[in-house]
Amino acid sequence: MDILFKILIDPFLQMGAMPDLFVQTIWDGFVTGVLYALIALGFVLIFKASGVFNFAQGIMVVFAGLTLVGLYEMGLPAPLAVLVTLGVMFVLALAIERVVLRPLVNQPDIILFMATFGITYFLIGLGELIFGGNPKQMITDQLFLPRGAIEVKMLGGFVQFQKIDIAAAVIAVVMIVALAVFFQKTRIGRALRAVADSHKAALSVGISLNQIWVIVWFTAGIVALVTGIMWGARSDVSFGLQVIALKALPVLILGGFTSVPGAIVGGLIIGIGEKLGEFYWGPLVGGGIESWLAYCIALGFLLFRPQGLFGDKIIERI
Amino acid sequence: MTRTSQSIQKGEVLLAVDQVSLSFGGVKAITDVSFDIRKGEIRAIIGPNGAGKTSMLNVINGFYHPQQGKITFKGQTRSKMRPSVAAAQGIARTFQNVALFKGMSTLDNIMSGRTLKMNSHFFWQCLRHGPAMAEEIRHREFVEDIIDFLEIQAIRKVPVGKLPYGLQKRVELGRALAMEPDLLLLDEPMAGMNLEEKEDMSRFIIDVNTQYGTTIALIEHDMGVVMDLSDRVVVLEYGRKLADGTPDEVKADQSVIDAYLGVAH
Repeated sequence: MDILFKILIDPFLQMGAMPDLFVQTIWDGFVTGVLYALIALGFVLIFKASGVFNFAQGIMVVFAGLTLVGLYEMGLPAPLAVLVTLGVMFVLALAIERVVLRPLVNQPDIILFMATFGITYFLIGLGELIFGGNPKQMITDQLFLPRGAIEVKMLGGFVQFQKIDIAAAVIAVVMIVALAVFFQKTRIGRALRAVADSHKAALSVGISLNQIWVIVWFTAGIVALVTGIMWGARSDVSFGLQVIALKALPVLILGGFTSVPGAIVGGLIIGIGEKLGEFYWGPLVGGGIESWLAYCIALGFLLFRPQGLFGDKIIERI
Repeated sequence: MTRTSQSIQKGEVLLAVDQVSLSFGGVKAITDVSFDIRKGEIRAIIGPNGAGKTSMLNVINGFYHPQQGKITFKGQTRSKMRPSVAAAQGIARTFQNVALFKGMSTLDNIMSGRTLKMNSHFFWQCLRHGPAMAEEIRHREFVEDIIDFLEIQAIRKVPVGKLPYGLQKRVELGRALAMEPDLLLLDEPMAGMNLEEKEDMSRFIIDVNTQYGTTIALIEHDMGVVMDLSDRVVVLEYGRKLADGTPDEVKADQSVIDAYLGVAH
């Protein structure tokens, strides 16, 4: 009975007893969730438009962050370094379309998936070759990102909001809204959705698949850069960061591989869920459940709702 | 609706297929087929299943690249062409199994047919302002005309995946019309339709042809429809051309009767 009490009742009593701590945990989870959502967004963009599960999204985040910091260290002023990094991501998108996607068109999904492993290792090698393998400090100050924290008195205690986290949330929201408008309301956005729905029909109305792929991979590159800056600001920019891409998997399973809103909601659920789990239930098993709780949630979803919250059946293709 | 092409007058050859052969590995889909399509006519392509009709449309709009032969469209000869280029030159098509953007509304589907006509700068599009907005409105008016013409006002905002098959075919026709094509390829526009839907579709096809002067090539299995609608008919069998001529000539052709029609109607 004691164990049931500890699992089912005690955590909620704690939440009630110290609501400020509860809010703090939710906020931490929210920020982590926003960053998960950003990574998942990169996956969804590419999966929708080209049907490829892009294993390289994680390394693209690292590569974009490394390029930015590396260019700064080479003496470029920060704003210029951002622009050049965007240029690099565009060239990368062009190269991937030309060298990887175009020759593999009409190949089974698994082959394209494996090709993204190739891209991953290529980018690791290229990144190490140019910028070295050591972790780097993100240039937060130079990019005018705030630091420090705001303490808010509420619910009989203090809740701490890191300014960088607030900035991350705001930037993520702005970017997601911008992408949504871009997808819904513009010609190119319409073409992107068209390609996602049917390659054949898209070709027949004169949409060039090659062009769309470049745009999509570039967009994913921009998302990767923003994610890289934000994650880099919280820890540092290193190749270890790419494992966060694995965290995107449960997010995608939760939200559905083809849904942008799904990526966001899934990211938030996983982020908040794992922080709450770690804080209130973690001590029961000696802590450290943050690293695997997300996968358990995903497993539960796979059993009962394999298409995710918002996705279509297309998940079967993986 | 159609941009009248200055160089080619009604009745002149708009598209010529010259000794085209297409094979997939050892399977010959099309063998040495030649025919032409004249501006302003309705040209039917008929034949038994597997005769190479759809392959022929795929060759014409650039999905397939024939191993031999030439295609001349509006006086320009080519053997290989990408579908997006064919679309830019004025070839639109529909598909045997409807190929629509199922998650998008009827309106967005038809708007996607305007892709090539819209050319405002990427920058303005992202902002949805200035020239891009004006352009969007202009094209929207054009698309509304098509929606009126096809009598699908009521389903303007409905995601097409939810529509019944007959209406989906109509939306697909609308999307092709939005491209203002010089040549419209219809792959079994009436397959799977009931009598009433077939009559509607026939009416639309005739109206498109007479009102806008659009040249149409269509594949259809309903012989009644084919003989009524078309000006000339080409018959394929096993990838070869069996006959070519007016509906009456084709109907009377003994080889066509043996291969496809059975007893003469």
